[in-house]
Amino acid sequence: MKPASFTYHAPATIDEAVALLGEHAPDDGRILAGGQSLVPTMAFRLARPGHLVDINGVAGLDRVERVGNDLVIGACVRHAAFHEPVLDGPLGAYLSRVVRDIAHYPIRQRGTFCGSVAHADPASEWCAVVALLDATIVAQSTRGERLIPVAEFFQGVMTTSLEEDELLRDIRLPIPAGDTRFGFCEFNRRAGDFAIAMAAVSYREENGVIADPHIAIGGAEDRARRIAEAEQALAGKSPGPDAFAAAADAAATAVDPMEDHATSAQYRRDLVRTLTRRALEQATQ
Amino acid sequence: MTEDIKKDITLSLNGRDYQLTVDPRWTLADVIREHCNQTGTHIGCEHGVCGACTVLVDGDPIRSCLMFGVQADSKAIRTVEGLAKDGKFHPLQEAFMESHALQCGFCTPGFLMLAAGVLEKDPAISDEDLEDILSSNLCRCTGYVNIVKAVQTVRDKMGRDQKRSA
Amino acid sequence: MASTPNRLLGHLGDSVVRLEDPPLVAGKGRYAGDMNFPNQLHMRMVRSPYAHGEIKSIDTAEAEAMPGVVAVWTSETILDIPPIDFREGVNPALEMFRQYPLARGLVRYVGDPVAAVFAEDPYLAEDAAELVVIHVDELPVLIDVYDPPQDFKDGTTEAALMEQAYGDVEKAFADAYKTVEIDVKIGRHSGVPLETRGAIGRYDESKDILELHGAAKVPHRNRDTLCRMFNRPSSGVHLHEGHVGGGFGVRGELYPEDVLVCAAAMRLGRPVKWIEDRQEHMMAANQSRQQRHIIRAAIAEDGEVTAIDDELYLDQGGYIRTHGTRVANMSTGTLPGQYRFPNYRAVCHFRLTNKTPAATYRSPGRFETTFVRERLMDAVAVAMDMDPVAVRRRNLITLEEMPYKRELNVLGDSVEHDPGDYVAQLDQAMDYIRWDEVQAALMERRAKGELVGMGLAMFFEKSGLGPSDGAKIFVDTTGAIEVTTGGASIGQGFETAMAQICAEAIGTDYRRIRVGHGQTDRIDYGVGAHASRATVLTGSAVDKTARKIREKALDMASGLLQTPEDALDIVDGVVIIKDNPSGPSVTLGQVAEALVPTSPSRGDRDPYLSAEEWFHIDHQTYPYGLHIPVVSVDRETGGVTIERYFIAYDIGRAINPMMIEGQLVGGLAQGIGGALFEEFVYDERGEPLSVTFADYLIPTLRELPKPEILLTEDHPSMRTPLGIKGAGEAGITGAGGALASAIDNAIGVPGAVTEIPVTPQKLKKIMDDNDV
Repeated sequence: MKPASFTYHAPATIDEAVALLGEHAPDDGRILAGGQSLVPTMAFRLARPGHLVDINGVAGLDRVERVGNDLVIGACVRHAAFHEPVLDGPLGAYLSRVVRDIAHYPIRQRGTFCGSVAHADPASEWCAVVALLDATIVAQSTRGERLIPVAEFFQGVMTTSLEEDELLRDIRLPIPAGDTRFGFCEFNRRAGDFAIAMAAVSYREENGVIADPHIAIGGAEDRARRIAEAEQALAGKSPGPDAFAAAADAAATAVDPMEDHATSAQYRRDLVRTLTRRALEQATQ
Repeated sequence: MTEDIKKDITLSLNGRDYQLTVDPRWTLADVIREHCNQTGTHIGCEHGVCGACTVLVDGDPIRSCLMFGVQADSKAIRTVEGLAKDGKFHPLQEAFMESHALQCGFCTPGFLMLAAGVLEKDPAISDEDLEDILSSNLCRCTGYVNIVKAVQTVRDKMGRDQKRSA
Repeated sequence: MASTPNRLLGHLGDSVVRLEDPPLVAGKGRYAGDMNFPNQLHMRMVRSPYAHGEIKSIDTAEAEAMPGVVAVWTSETILDIPPIDFREGVNPALEMFRQYPLARGLVRYVGDPVAAVFAEDPYLAEDAAELVVIHVDELPVLIDVYDPPQDFKDGTTEAALMEQAYGDVEKAFADAYKTVEIDVKIGRHSGVPLETRGAIGRYDESKDILELHGAAKVPHRNRDTLCRMFNRPSSGVHLHEGHVGGGFGVRGELYPEDVLVCAAAMRLGRPVKWIEDRQEHMMAANQSRQQRHIIRAAIAEDGEVTAIDDELYLDQGGYIRTHGTRVANMSTGTLPGQYRFPNYRAVCHFRLTNKTPAATYRSPGRFETTFVRERLMDAVAVAMDMDPVAVRRRNLITLEEMPYKRELNVLGDSVEHDPGDYVAQLDQAMDYIRWDEVQAALMERRAKGELVGMGLAMFFEKSGLGPSDGAKIFVDTTGAIEVTTGGASIGQGFETAMAQICAEAIGTDYRRIRVGHGQTDRIDYGVGAHASRATVLTGSAVDKTARKIREKALDMASGLLQTPEDALDIVDGVVIIKDNPSGPSVTLGQVAEALVPTSPSRGDRDPYLSAEEWFHIDHQTYPYGLHIPVVSVDRETGGVTIERYFIAYDIGRAINPMMIEGQLVGGLAQGIGGALFEEFVYDERGEPLSVTFADYLIPTLRELPKPEILLTEDHPSMRTPLGIKGAGEAGITGAGGALASAIDNAIGVPGAVTEIPVTPQKLKKIMDDNDV
C-alpha cells in the first residue's frame, strides 16, 4: 500500500497553482489539499496521479470570511476550522454541529471543506450541506474564474462538473436569515464512518407555518441533492409530527437509493425517512 | 524512479532537524520510521483509519500515513519518542502503565500522541468530547476502557495542578 | 479477590504494573517492521485476483527488468520446497489440501500468493509486483459451504467428515417429550491484530544458521516445521520473536510468506524483509468462525435436554493450513458446554471453499458453539414455555458430579471438567446484577414502547493444553534472575505473569526478574502462547523451577549462615533467619556467588544458582463463566446499543487481576465485534469485499460498553499446583450467544437472531418481518 510515483509541486500563489494544474492535468495532474481521501486512494493505487499540485502553501486559501451575504470558504480551510462557530447566527452553529460527524478528529485537522466537496463522495456531510444551502462553487483555471451552482456541480459518485484543469478555489455559502432553523442527522454503523444515509434540513417559521423549507439528502443516492417533493410537503404547514412525517415519506419516496453488497436500496430508503424526520425534529429544538 | 523528482527537506522531529532528500511519494510515517529511524510511530493500516501512526504536526494530531513526508518540510513534528523529558516519562505514559491501558502496545504511541495533542489544546475537555476524540483510533487488545481512564486521570490531574498554581 | 499485602513486590494475586510497558510507552518496542538488517531486500507478494482457476502462465519479465528488482519467484523457482505442513505433523488424509508457499497449478482464493518480488525497497517492490501478469483459466467458484461439495483438482471439497458422539441419540429423540431444531450461522471474522504480519529471513553463512525474525505464538513449532521443510537440523534454524502487535490466534502460524523469506535469504544471500500491508492481511491471514449448524434438541417433560444432534458445516476456505482440523475438533468437542446432555452427536462437514483459508481465532470453536448452544437453550425454553434461566439450571452439571467426564475429545485430550460450581456462579451473577430488578425495569420500559432486553449465555472454557512444558532459571551474582521459557508474548502480559509466579516461589521482587520467551536458540522447547495455555502450562513450569531455585538457595544459605534450612526464609531476595530477621543474612546474589564453579563454599553442589524443570498435565483445565448484556434496539434503524454488559468468570486463582480483567474486557470488544460488526464478505465471484478498515468494522470505543466484571477464585484447578486456569478467551466466548439472546428479548421475538453478526439492516428486516 505504497503510492505510485508522482512529481510534486508546491506553488505559492493561486496563479502558479492553476498554471501547474493546467500544464500537468493531461498527465493526471491533481490538486493535493488535505489529502484525507486522495492519499488512501493512492495507497490502494486506485489513483495514481502523475503530478500533485500541493496547495497547502498557497497564500490566502485558508480564509473563511463573510463577503456580502456569503460565507466564503477557501480551498485550504480545514474541517477543524468549524469546530467553533466561524460566524454568529444559526449557520455558524450549524456548521459546528455538522463537523462533529465528519470522520474523526485527526482527519478533521487535515481534511478540507472544499476538498470534500471536490471529491464528491455521496456520503460527505459537506456535500449535503452545500446542497442544502444552494452554495456556489468557484472554480479557477488559467482560463479564468467560473461560478458553478451546486445543483450543476455534482454529477454522480465522485464525479463533478469541475474541469480537470480547474482548481476549486472557494465555496460561497449564502448566509440564511437569522431565524432559520437547522437539523442534521446521519446513520452509520460506527462512530466516524461514512454515513449510510443523512438528512440536512432547514426552514423558517412565518406566522406559525413553515417557510423556505430545504431538505437535502446525502449518502443515499449517487450525489447529495435537495428533495423538492419533501420540501413541498413542508411548505406552509405547521411544524410538527404530521408535517414532518409527510416530508419524511415524501423524501423516502422521491429518492432513488444506491444499492451495494452491504446495504439494500430499501434499507437506505427507510433510513432516509427516519433521518429526515429526526433532522426536522432536531430543527425544532 | 528518476532522481529529479526527489526533494530536499528539513524535517524537525522532536526538536531535532533532519536534512533529507525524499521521494515525494514517501508518506510521513515512512519518512519518520525509515529515514529518521524513529520507529515508535507505527503503521497499522496505511489508509487513515486505525490511527496507530498519529503524530503531532505543529501541535495538531494527524495521521502520518495520510501526509507525504515532503509536505512536512519545516513543520514541527512530534512523535512518541519526544514525550518523555529529561529521562522522565510524560504523565500520559505513566498513566497508561498505571491504568493498564496497553497490552500489545502497538496502538499505544498513536493513542498517546492523540491524547497529548488534545489535552494540550483543551486541558479541561469534557468526558463526552474526550471519548469522541479517542474513538478516532483503534485498539484491538484493551476494549478501550483503560485507555479512557488513563487519559481522564491525566486531564483531572492537570486540572488540579492548574487550580493549585492559580 | 486475593488480598494484596505486598503490592510492590508483585506476588501472586497482586495487580502490579507490567514489566513489559516502559519500552512500549516510550516507542522503543521492536516489532517486526522496526527490525532492519544491513543490505536487506524487501519482498512483495503477487496475489491471485481470481478465486479459482488453473494457472496458465505467469509473466515476470517486465518486473524482473525493473531497476532495483533482484529476483521474481514463482512456484517454478521453488519446486523443491514442499507445501506447509500441519503443526501436529503428518496427516496423510489431509495432506493434499496443504498450501504451497507459491501456488502451484491452481489458485484457490483471491489473495493466493502466486509470485514473490524481491527488490531494494518496498516502494519499488510494489511497483514491480504490479507488472507481473498472471494468466488463469477460471474455474467455477464455491462460496457457500452449504452448497454440495465440488471436485477440486485433488479431491472433493469435503475434506473431512468428523463425528463426535456418546450415548444413544436416536433413542433419546424417539423418547422425547418435545424436540426443537434451529438453523444458525456464524459469520466469517478474525483476529485482525493491529500490527500486520511481518517476517525477516536472514541466513548467517559464517555459522550456517537460518534466522526468522518476526516469529510469534508458536516459534518452536514453526522451527520444527521449517526444519522439516528445509531439511535442516533444529540447531541450524533459529526463530526470534520481537514485540508482537496482537496475536489472537492468527499471527504466528507458519504462513507462505514466512517460508519464502527464509528460502530467499538462503538463495539470494541477503536478508529478506516482508511486511504485510493491511489490504493483504484482510485476504491472506487466517480467517475464522464461519459455520452453519442445523441442531436439534430432545427434551423431557421437566425441561431436561436429553439429547443433542448437530450437523455443522465449517467453511475452511481454499487450503488447510497449519491447524489441520483443530477448529472442527474443538467445535464438536466443546459444544455441550457446561450442560449435562446425556446423549450427544455432532457431525462436522469440514469443507473447502474459494475463500481465504480459515483457522483459529481467540476462542476457536467455543465462540461459535456457545452461540449455537445458547441459541438452542433459548429455543428449548420457548418450546417448553419455561424461563430461559430455569431451563439452564435444569441442565447444568452440578458440583457433586465433578470431575465430570464426557466421551469427547478436544485436541487429543478427553474432556474432564475441573471442579466448578456452575449453579452457584449463576446465582452469584444474578444477585450481583439484581436480575429481577433489572428485568422489572426493562419490562416497564418495554411497556412504554422501548425495545430493551437482557440476555444470558453460559460457557465453559478450555485452557492449559498439555502435555508438558519446561523452564530454566538462572540467578546471577548480583541477584538478578533470568527466567528462560519457550512461551511467547503476544501482548497479554506474559513476562509479568511469569515474573510474579517466580517472585512468589523464590521470595523476591518481581522487578528483579527478566523473562525470556520466543527465542528458539535460548531453549530447545516451548509451547508458545495459544489456547490460553501460556500461564497455565509455562507458569506451572516456572513455579516448579523457581521452587527448585529456592530449595537450592536455602540449602546453600544454610551452609553460609550455619542455620538449618527450615529456620530460613527468603524475603525480597534476601535469605534471612526467620526468628531473627534483622540478624545475619545473605542476598541471593551472595548465594549465587557461593555457587560459582570455583567457589570453595560450593561443596559438592552443582555449580550455579540455576535450575531447569518440567511440568506435566494430564488434562486441560476448564474455567467457566457467563455473560449478561442489556441492549436497546432502535426500531427504525435496526441499530443496537449495549447499555450494560456483565461478565462472571471463575479463574481458579488470579496471578494479576488487573491483567485478567484486561483480557476479559479486550476479549469482549472482539466478541461484540463478531456479534454485531465484523464480517469478511465475499461476492459470488469470490471477490473479498472486506479488505479495508472502512469495510471490516472493528469497534471503536463509542460502540463498546464499560463492562462490569465479577472475577472469582472459588474453584482453583486441581490440575495445576497453583490452581490457575486460563484467562485469554473468556471475554469473547459468550458474546455472540448473549447478545443474540438480549436482542431477541428486546424486540420480543424469541429465536429472532439466527445469524451473527446482526447488522442493523438485518435486524431491521427481522423486525419488519415480525411486525415488531
